[in-house]
Amino acid sequence: MEDVAIVGASMTRFGQRDAWIRQLLAEAGQACLEDAGVSADAVEHLYVSNMASGEFEGQTGVPNALAHDLQAVPAYTARIDQTSSSGGAGIYAAWQSVASGASDMTLLVGGEKMTHRSTAEATDVIASLTHPCEYKHGLTLPSFAGLTARLYLDTYDAPRESLGKVAVKNHKNGVDNPHAQFRKEVDLETVLDSPVVADPLRLYDFCPITDGSAALLLCPVSVAEEYADDYVTVTGIGGATDTHVVHERADPTTMRGVVESSDRAYEMAGLSPDDVDVAELHDMFTILEFLQFEDLGFAEKGEGWKAVEEGRTDRDGELPINTSGGLKSKGHPLGASGVAQAYEVVQQLRGEAGKRQVDADVGLACNVGGFGNCVTTAIFEGVDA
Amino acid sequence: MSDREGERSAPSNRAGSGSTREGEPSEPATDGGEDAPAFEAARYPDGSITYPAHPVGPGGQEPVDTVDLSEHTAEVVTWTTSTATPPGVREPNHVAVVEFDVDGEPVRAIGQATTGDLAIGDEVEPVYCAELRDPEAGIREPASQEWDGFRFRPVE
Repeated sequence: MEDVAIVGASMTRFGQRDAWIRQLLAEAGQACLEDAGVSADAVEHLYVSNMASGEFEGQTGVPNALAHDLQAVPAYTARIDQTSSSGGAGIYAAWQSVASGASDMTLLVGGEKMTHRSTAEATDVIASLTHPCEYKHGLTLPSFAGLTARLYLDTYDAPRESLGKVAVKNHKNGVDNPHAQFRKEVDLETVLDSPVVADPLRLYDFCPITDGSAALLLCPVSVAEEYADDYVTVTGIGGATDTHVVHERADPTTMRGVVESSDRAYEMAGLSPDDVDVAELHDMFTILEFLQFEDLGFAEKGEGWKAVEEGRTDRDGELPINTSGGLKSKGHPLGASGVAQAYEVVQQLRGEAGKRQVDADVGLACNVGGFGNCVTTAIFEGVDA
Repeated sequence: MSDREGERSAPSNRAGSGSTREGEPSEPATDGGEDAPAFEAARYPDGSITYPAHPVGPGGQEPVDTVDLSEHTAEVVTWTTSTATPPGVREPNHVAVVEFDVDGEPVRAIGQATTGDLAIGDEVEPVYCAELRDPEAGIREPASQEWDGFRFRPVE
């Protein structure tokens, strides 16, 4: 099995964009190739992480469209849809293509165009991933978050304010991210006084609806050294699922997909949670940062909320979480998010994160689809060639 | 702050009381009665029960029996009130995860609640509703699934 390197990374500005899905994907894809200094005709495999361009925009067949727009024809193409974790699943597919020897140069581009739809329409597109027994009751991803947050706070005697502090922290981080949708700090009082969306969660506990795209270029380590002095390796990756029907989980406050996928990633990398220096978690809702923090092994079950209370997950804390601002501040264009998480980790490991820079040799990204239904966890390490 | 009465007579542009997909007026939420279907869960050879039914259960075997959960009460595991609902869904939408005890076997279900005046641990009973949301308003193909089901009402 080939060791896999990332030699190029890019992301577009996230937020409300005039561009449509094809333009967003091309913008990130082109920037990624330029970042690596690789020409499009060297691309052998091209993957597009995207949940719902057909439903949002009426544009299907986006991988082939992108191959043509980038002049990457005749590269093999495929679309990776794993709902909100399409980006992570795309990293897995791109990694497989290189590790297996099937491709010596794989471009992964994740993207979504959402903001032309109303919040209610976008929520319904995302909620279409639910089981019929959930959908008919009007269950949405935010309502699953509200259900889980109430149970978490009650079970572990955690203060409501601790969830608000996740939003405060991630907004603060987002200020220094030029690609983030929101570059504005919020205080705890604003978070706790914002309108209720899914009790006990309020508006600032939720990520926004976002347009955007991000890209990675992967190749064997033996090839990477031709293109870059500093590159990043994918040393561990794991993917896993949990039940489709959310209420059938034995412990609703544990995301089994996170546990299983990270166990596999740690084992592959030969690392433990203690070795991770920086991590991007899927904070689509503030409660998800606690669940992943615990299920990735960074804290005991029910103790994750204390990390944010004590500042341990701040940018200058012992384990900075979501230095990019997270989905909460940076935005969440569904198919792009997992790729953009990796982009932030790559920036940190290359030492190119600017004001967001932390001291890191090992980074982790955890991308969650549905309400923990599908998860990819990836571990990256920096290499100075 | 129970809104049980409001649910039974909700305006026609809200899910749960709008038109059916055939254009006929829908029935209000009911206590069930002779016409209400079963709240059907599946029992598997190892004794486990799931709602909804699956082709195979947790033990990997096909179901051998059904259980009507409408004959049982349940305990609230958690609940929320959603105020940002998709097209065709009532707003606010109270939903709860509940756990039934069927002869010692725990069975969880999810569904709308008749009120937001709930607490973890409350005892609730299933109440049939002919149309939980407007099938025509959302993204899902109306014919692809059922739209009736059971809400949960606190036992007084």
